[in-house]
Amino acid sequence: MTTLLSLVVALLLLWLALWTVVARDAFVAVAGFVVYGLLLSLVWVRLAGIDVALTEAAIGGGLTGALLLGAVGRLRGTEAAAAAERSGAGTRAFAALLSLGVTMVLALCVLALPEPAPTLAPQAADNLPATGVGNPITGVLLAFRALDTLLEAIVLVIALLAVWSLAPDRFWGGRPGPRYAADPDGVLSYLARVLPPIGIVVGLYLFWAGADHPGGKFQSATILAAMWLLVQMAGLGDAPRIDGRWLRTGIVVGPLAFVAVGLLGAWQAGAFLGFADGWAKPMIVVIELALLPTLVLVLALLLNGAPARNSGKMPAGDGGR
Amino acid sequence: MNVETLFALCACALVGIGLYGLIVQPHPLRKLVAFNIMGSGVFVLFGALAKRGAAAGMAADPVPQALLITAIVVAFAATAVTVAVLLRLIESTATASLANEPPSGE
Amino acid sequence: MALSTGTHAGALLAAAVLLPFVGMLLGVLLGGRQVQRVALACMPLGLALALGITVAWLREGQTLVYLLGGWAPPLGIALRADGLAVAMLLAVAAVVCGIGMYARADFATPPDVRESRAAFSYWLLLMAVWGALNLVFVSGDLFTLYVALELLTFAGVPLVCLAGSGETLRAALRYMLFALCGSVLYLLGAVLLYGGYGTLDIPLLAGAVQPGAIARTALALMTAGLLAKTALFPLHIWLPPAHGGAPAAASAVLSALVIKGSWFLVLRLWLDVMPGVVTWASAQLLAGLGATAIVVGSVVALRQERLKLLVAYSTVAQIGYLFLMFPLAFDATGNVLVHGAASTGGLLQAVSHATAKAAMFMAAGLVYAALGHDRIADLAGIARALPVTVLAFVLAGIALMGVVPSGAYLAKKLLLDAADGSGQWWWTIVLQGGAAFTAAYVVLVLGSALRRRSAALMQVKRVSRLAEFAALLLAVGSLALALAALGPLPGHLVSNPLAPKELAMTLLVLVGGALLALGLSRAPLLAAPRPAAAAPAGRLRQAALALGIACEQADRLVRRWSFASIGLLTLAALFGALLLVGRAT
Repeated sequence: MTTLLSLVVALLLLWLALWTVVARDAFVAVAGFVVYGLLLSLVWVRLAGIDVALTEAAIGGGLTGALLLGAVGRLRGTEAAAAAERSGAGTRAFAALLSLGVTMVLALCVLALPEPAPTLAPQAADNLPATGVGNPITGVLLAFRALDTLLEAIVLVIALLAVWSLAPDRFWGGRPGPRYAADPDGVLSYLARVLPPIGIVVGLYLFWAGADHPGGKFQSATILAAMWLLVQMAGLGDAPRIDGRWLRTGIVVGPLAFVAVGLLGAWQAGAFLGFADGWAKPMIVVIELALLPTLVLVLALLLNGAPARNSGKMPAGDGGR
Repeated sequence: MNVETLFALCACALVGIGLYGLIVQPHPLRKLVAFNIMGSGVFVLFGALAKRGAAAGMAADPVPQALLITAIVVAFAATAVTVAVLLRLIESTATASLANEPPSGE
Repeated sequence: MALSTGTHAGALLAAAVLLPFVGMLLGVLLGGRQVQRVALACMPLGLALALGITVAWLREGQTLVYLLGGWAPPLGIALRADGLAVAMLLAVAAVVCGIGMYARADFATPPDVRESRAAFSYWLLLMAVWGALNLVFVSGDLFTLYVALELLTFAGVPLVCLAGSGETLRAALRYMLFALCGSVLYLLGAVLLYGGYGTLDIPLLAGAVQPGAIARTALALMTAGLLAKTALFPLHIWLPPAHGGAPAAASAVLSALVIKGSWFLVLRLWLDVMPGVVTWASAQLLAGLGATAIVVGSVVALRQERLKLLVAYSTVAQIGYLFLMFPLAFDATGNVLVHGAASTGGLLQAVSHATAKAAMFMAAGLVYAALGHDRIADLAGIARALPVTVLAFVLAGIALMGVVPSGAYLAKKLLLDAADGSGQWWWTIVLQGGAAFTAAYVVLVLGSALRRRSAALMQVKRVSRLAEFAALLLAVGSLALALAALGPLPGHLVSNPLAPKELAMTLLVLVGGALLALGLSRAPLLAAPRPAAAAPAGRLRQAALALGIACEQADRLVRRWSFASIGLLTLAALFGALLLVGRAT
């Protein structure tokens, strides 16, 4: 029964992927991708990865989908020009052949995987008590492979710098995106008043639960960022100026605190990113607390895009949609 | 066939589908969607491997699962940067073509 | 928890990775004019760290290791620095310092604003590139390396389009999308390796990997992906417009530094992770691509009208040069790649290229700034107006050519020796021919720059002395590299660099280069070709022109997206096939 369900999910996933890739219309493709992202979360549940499922739903499906949907509305007829550049039938056939070849070789590799599967689960289980957290994934992310998590926060900051660097010079220091007009009686406005309190509670719960149960800073940050974006889109708040001191502080506080805790470890425990006995849990909590504002801000600002206006007014020629 | 092998094979197909889209779809946004599909194929493969590694009372090997969370975030960052470049390109040239620059001086 | 954190000086490795990133974060925090100050303050510190690591490595006489958090692999992550990593750390630190000196003039915050976009972005992204590269060099974990590669891409792409023009944005988008393809393929390979061997740690993998379906597929996919990021021909779809269009201070970063990250990873994979999986035939393919890159890149470079594009295409050729070492690095049995003379040669080549190419782009940028254009045909008189800049360009060119006493000279010697030793005479031809091509475009530019100008030279801007000095310093550094590298090398290679045989070889390379430049340049190099230039010479010129046009067309064809992406997969398939069947007897 469960295998049958998995099979159905797998087939549906493949069909959606194919449909998304070959669809004629960009909007249709992006819409298909959003549905695909939701379905993917189901796959993660079947693969016993609740943490991954939550992350995938929040970031892979939710934020990426929102980003792509936002972009698709601003293509302004570039699609037609692109369609003229469509590759010929020969190229397409060859591409299909090559892609199929890659799939076949990968499938052969999957079937050639060793039995029993190599795993680090026993090692993780043995060492988890030393970290004081109950969720092994949190243990991996913030103790065993803490460097990766630090780098990931740095990746996000660099991505934000990259996005900002694309602003026209005259808007540097200004606010990203259009200023949305407030419609006090609109549905969006209603949602933006009702949802954020709930979202904040859920987000903080996920954050708190992450140490011992599925959940954690990313899922929580995504929800909080989404609430902030909702408030912006309903016109109840505005995107921040990118040169605000508090904003800049919030962006870097996570990785900087992470490095500081790492250095504390170097002093106390003799290894950068290490924890002295009994200090692991509180230090992990400090890192997560510091990363939360960074993640919320950076995720939301990445969706906001490059600065596009100077003051609270809309840039000329670009009306809020 | 067990769940992990099923999804591992499914992941191989997703990688192929994504690759196909990356090659043949001319519009950069469509390439980006295809990239995300290909990336998710790689992620599902990794997830299936994690499930195969269930041991010591854990339902799956936590190391790949943790790496996946990082990889998903990195892929999102990549998408955000690409979208920003694309929108800026459209804004300043009104095209999104990736075609070669016109030959200079001829 | 048992806290054995590796070798004594290992903590320096963590510091070398963290310093640029912390500098970047502080820059974001402080903003405005402080960004540049923080970045410039980090540079001497980073150089000192790299020197410290070098000293520690020499003193301990073994690979430096640092276990982060005290967690040993496979559960934890280790930072490691062997000779390759130490050399690259040092070279990159030096180049970053040089670039920093150069960029002070171009990317200063204007006095009338609190914070400017270009300056803010440039300095922070430079720090990001530096941190990411240091991480690539010292990380011992394939997944961390993936993150490092992505960091490098995210920092490199905006550098391409810092000027914000449509053409550079298009180049940046091509770069981004193609690099993303490459990194997914890399990640896919890493995932397969984890599935097969349960670790991503390089030494642990090296001990466990068996030549089988999983290892071969992983190696083929990862190699192809990394080649796309390195822009080895025919996967250089994004490089010329990106490197030619970016501001010079950014081009120097992209050309000298960023592509070295993925190149270094290919080296790691082939030499350290899977030396026993690699086959003779696959190494021939890799170097064959390199040889093609040298020919096509150089010929197209000679046909450029703009100096910066010439330098960009010469990068395409130089990247090819970096891959010639692979078939020469096999051990005596011809089955396993080993660290030895060839890999040292390749490393020296990379370091020489990093320093010299940065200097070249800087010189080209200065010429552009001074004249307001960089048309090669209109450079007459520039040597008189900007002698230091032209000297820097020429010295960098000589360094790249492999003339005594440059680092590239030693590198070439090492590779030639390895080619002789293993009986692969065809790489001897490629190595010498590549040097002649390099000579050709130096001669071409010099020929134009030295010409006397009838009217006074119009300078639109005074260039910064410091910037000129920075370019010269890097060029001289590249030339002097051989002296630094002499110590640990076998003496018989460089017994007497001024022996008649050596001088004759150098002369031959120069003459060959001059002939190539004469034949292949778009405009006739000699202002008035004598009518006496008889028919055979005319016919030769015709043939050379035809070759040039053919190379240009080939270049334009392979830089189309569909061709490049299909090429990427085809290369992966070819590597896979050659890894399967190509074992030498």
